[in-house]
Amino acid sequence: MSLLSVSGLTKRFGGLAAVDSVSFEVEEGTVTGLIGPNGAGKSTLFSMIAGAQRPTAGRLSFDGKEVTGWQPHQAAAAGVGRTFQLMRVFGSMTVLENLTTAAHLRHRSKAAARAVAADVCASTGLGEFAHRPAATLTGATKKRLELARALATSPRLLLLDEVLSGLTPTETAAAISLIEQVHAQGITIVLVEHVMQVVMSLCPRLVVLDFGKLIFDGTPTDAVADQAVLDAYLGA
Amino acid sequence: MTATEAPPVEKTAVPAKRVPWGRYAGMAAVAVALIAYPLMFKTSFLQTIGVYALTMAIASTGWNILGGYAGQISFGHAVFFGTGMYGTTLLVTDGWSPWLTMVPIALLAALLGVLIGLPTFRLRGHYFSIATLAIGMMVMSILPNIKALGATDGLTVPLLDEGFWNLTFSLRDKTEYYYTALGLFAVATLVAWAFLRGRIGSYLEAIRDDEFAAAAIGVPVRRYKLYAVAMSAGLTSIAGSYFVMVVLFVDPSSSTDLSLSTAIALMAVVGGAGSMWGPLLGAWLVIALQEYTRTYLSTTGRTLDLMMFGALIILVAVVDPRGMTHLLSRAYRRFVRRS
Repeated sequence: MSLLSVSGLTKRFGGLAAVDSVSFEVEEGTVTGLIGPNGAGKSTLFSMIAGAQRPTAGRLSFDGKEVTGWQPHQAAAAGVGRTFQLMRVFGSMTVLENLTTAAHLRHRSKAAARAVAADVCASTGLGEFAHRPAATLTGATKKRLELARALATSPRLLLLDEVLSGLTPTETAAAISLIEQVHAQGITIVLVEHVMQVVMSLCPRLVVLDFGKLIFDGTPTDAVADQAVLDAYLGA
Repeated sequence: MTATEAPPVEKTAVPAKRVPWGRYAGMAAVAVALIAYPLMFKTSFLQTIGVYALTMAIASTGWNILGGYAGQISFGHAVFFGTGMYGTTLLVTDGWSPWLTMVPIALLAALLGVLIGLPTFRLRGHYFSIATLAIGMMVMSILPNIKALGATDGLTVPLLDEGFWNLTFSLRDKTEYYYTALGLFAVATLVAWAFLRGRIGSYLEAIRDDEFAAAAIGVPVRRYKLYAVAMSAGLTSIAGSYFVMVVLFVDPSSSTDLSLSTAIALMAVVGGAGSMWGPLLGAWLVIALQEYTRTYLSTTGRTLDLMMFGALIILVAVVDPRGMTHLLSRAYRRFVRRS
């Protein structure tokens, strides 16, 4: 049984179908890349999986349960962690407080939440920033904090929305090894990314969207040889 | 997974947080000052300022939970304050001890808060603020028509025998009223602190900083906003209950006026919204300003204090939007670094 199953998922804004009857499955413990040109519907698809937007049609199931149209906090409680394309850290809190707040999802007591937060803080390389207000961090560190915050909720599925865009090569390398480390813990990952080299090396499987439709589902090697994918990116 | 040549993530230790000795020292100094105040200032005028300031500090502490911590700015807290004033007056007239009226009336105010929050918290942004403003004005115009609440004449609290149980003390010396208010303020602050110290406080601050992100880490945003408005309204109502036992009279303009709502919010904002001690500091400043201008400038003072409120808001916005407590802790840190 797959961890996430999307079938015929559709989101219409007026007459425009941002996501048009998309179906795919994600197996537990895998890394899947979700790519496509700008405006292909990647972020909308993510939002629907995470409960931030309600699908117009289609079905969504997580861990064998039908969850179509769930609320964001329900998704988080079920084990879906996410990052935002535009960083949304809790600016007035310190890094450690950001993580503690997230850890409260599974731990009621402050001490337990704090312990988990300190752990995540250390293992994601954010230790030196622990007591810094999140608003004062650089873009790359904020992205790392977003990822760490999602991890602090102990997710089973992690949705990463462009966590690598805008990073320097060194920062990118660090972020990639962080993602690999997360994967090694057995957390399933679906990531939206524009940096193709990264996608190719990180994801054994790619799902490609274009104008809201799924046009390809397979290995990166097959993707670069696929005519529909080439047309989408280079123009037919 | 295909191997990518990248160094493993370095584990970095989390440094321990320093003990905030400065804050503890500040708290101790404030406690001593509050206890010493009525012993040092014996005039009825100055003691009355103290009683009002502490009472309004309780109301503002209530406002602060919703406005300062959860980021939902209310311009209608006078409605909850008025609930306390009217509720206690009615029950005391029925023969209750003032103390026993506080919690039941606070629960009623909390329910009222939840009823206002239920439809308005569905909407993001400023809709809640606008709704509180509207409800405050509605209550202001409905109250003068309710006979059971004394209409425009208001209600008078029956004079009870002096004693703690009756919350009635000598009117010549305000020391007893002052210390009762101080005790009540301490309890209210403790309640607010216990409410905010764990998961609820973290979640409310998360909602204030970013609702979308809060929901994404599992915060049921609406439910937590309702918790906040209930606790907030309840505490503010308790301040109203106490206040009416001091002034022994309630009418529409003294209980639910828009300028009272503004004052409650202003105290927290000037003192430091989202800080435990902000409302206390702000309440003393605002009440002192209000009473001095009203007394020394007589009727002109009434509009003058409103003008000063405006000036205060501008001052806080320009100097430090996080309020006086933040300004003080900044000054303290600079002082420590220098010496």
